[in-house]
Amino acid sequence: METLFFLIISLVAIISAILVVTCKNPINSALALIMTFFCLATYYVMLDAPFMAAVQVMVYAGAIMVLMVFTIMLLNIRVDATKKHSHKLVVGSIIGFFTFLNIVIVLVRSRAALPTGPYSGEMIKKIGHTELVGREIFTSFLLPFEITSILLLVAIVGAVILAKKKI
Amino acid sequence: MGIEILGLPMMYYIAMVAKVLVAFVFVLLTVAYATYAERKIIGHMQVRLGPMRTGWHGLLQPIADGVKLFFKEEIIPSQASTFAFLIAPLIALIPAFITFAVIPFGGVIEVAGYKIPLQIAAYYDTTAGQVFDVNVGVLYILAMSSLGVYGIVLAGWASNSKYSLMGGLRASAQMISYELAAGLSIIAVFMLSGTLSLTKIVELQSGMGGFEWYLFKQPLAAFIFFICSLAEINRTPFDLPEAETELVSGFCTEYSSMKYAMFFMAEYANMVTVCALTVTLFLGGWNGPLTAAMPLLGPVYFIAKVYFLMFVCMWIRATLPRYRYDQLMHLGWKVFIPVALVNIVVTGIIGYFI
Repeated sequence: METLFFLIISLVAIISAILVVTCKNPINSALALIMTFFCLATYYVMLDAPFMAAVQVMVYAGAIMVLMVFTIMLLNIRVDATKKHSHKLVVGSIIGFFTFLNIVIVLVRSRAALPTGPYSGEMIKKIGHTELVGREIFTSFLLPFEITSILLLVAIVGAVILAKKKI
Repeated sequence: MGIEILGLPMMYYIAMVAKVLVAFVFVLLTVAYATYAERKIIGHMQVRLGPMRTGWHGLLQPIADGVKLFFKEEIIPSQASTFAFLIAPLIALIPAFITFAVIPFGGVIEVAGYKIPLQIAAYYDTTAGQVFDVNVGVLYILAMSSLGVYGIVLAGWASNSKYSLMGGLRASAQMISYELAAGLSIIAVFMLSGTLSLTKIVELQSGMGGFEWYLFKQPLAAFIFFICSLAEINRTPFDLPEAETELVSGFCTEYSSMKYAMFFMAEYANMVTVCALTVTLFLGGWNGPLTAAMPLLGPVYFIAKVYFLMFVCMWIRATLPRYRYDQLMHLGWKVFIPVALVNIVVTGIIGYFI
């Protein structure tokens, strides 16, 4: 059942990922990218990480993509891509081929195993993914968390200063 | 017990399909008759009669409207981006409906020895003896509501019309700003409940004959959440995206036939969802007197509370005029978000000392 579901989702994910780069209309590409993010969220659910899934949809599919769609809309890029681009097809396919080869080798040579350490699937199911993430962020990783917050604050202040004519 | 398919009893599948169908049909019917109720209620509040011609006191009006919209001509503007234009109503409609999957509308009922929790995305674990549901229920709802904005943005952009674009831009700016305040106001509820699972949140509100409701513990959060939700689903007094006097019909100006009907359904389905969510988070969900003895009373209380809130929405629409755009943004960013933040801090301080 789960394998079947995984295959269906993967099919959708791959098709929409291809559409992201092949669509002529930028808005349609953005839509396909949202679909890909959504499929990724489904993988997170299947990996017992519901919190990650919700955040993936909320932050990536929701917030970031809204910004992208906005930008495309306001720049008013129209469909007419009259000029033909080759997009460096040869170079791209060579790089793509070697990346693919790399992934296959890594996958074949490594032994797929469940993660070791204190956070097993059992524990996540018992305590809850959200609780574990929250506990770790606010105890072991408090300093990185605070630094990230300050970084975001700096970005916000910067945006306000850039946008305002008179401060 | 019985036949097993893929390691789960047959009853599991039957119960799932039944729950999905019942909830879906319930939301659809509510959406259909909410349009009628809205016209009727606002009519009577303004000393008119509202629809009277189709059926007894206009009771068949939603069906007549549906048939009419179904047979209208389908027009796609020649300069529109076809794909986005066609898919936008679906993107608006689907999140409105799938949000209902995590809302608990009743307790656990027993059918032929098999315990069924009345919540679509939940099952009863017999070995653990408790209900398991989506343990990030609230986040799921926030995630889905953040997807709903695409339908409106795309509709506005794809129509290739000034009114639609203005409506779409207004709608998205409004939805994004009010989403924040709504999300922040719910955080105060989490701080009391300590869980994101909607089933547990409802259970926690069950005691003391209704005085355990988070409405009484978090009145400010409840108020902000309800108002922000109204703004997020573009209801009056925040219906700027489709302000008729300025923008014809906003983002759905160019839409006709069933696609227009879909936007309409999405608006009302969103209203049902928001009211259901407010009931679940603040008004004790399906809790009420005698639910322990008769579990089927749960859905009755739930529906009654949801309908009451929907009545409040219509009441607000009949009473208040529309906000101006700058007032709307001022209210969202400079009033609701700071107040919600202060509410979180105060809840934290009080929670630390109690």
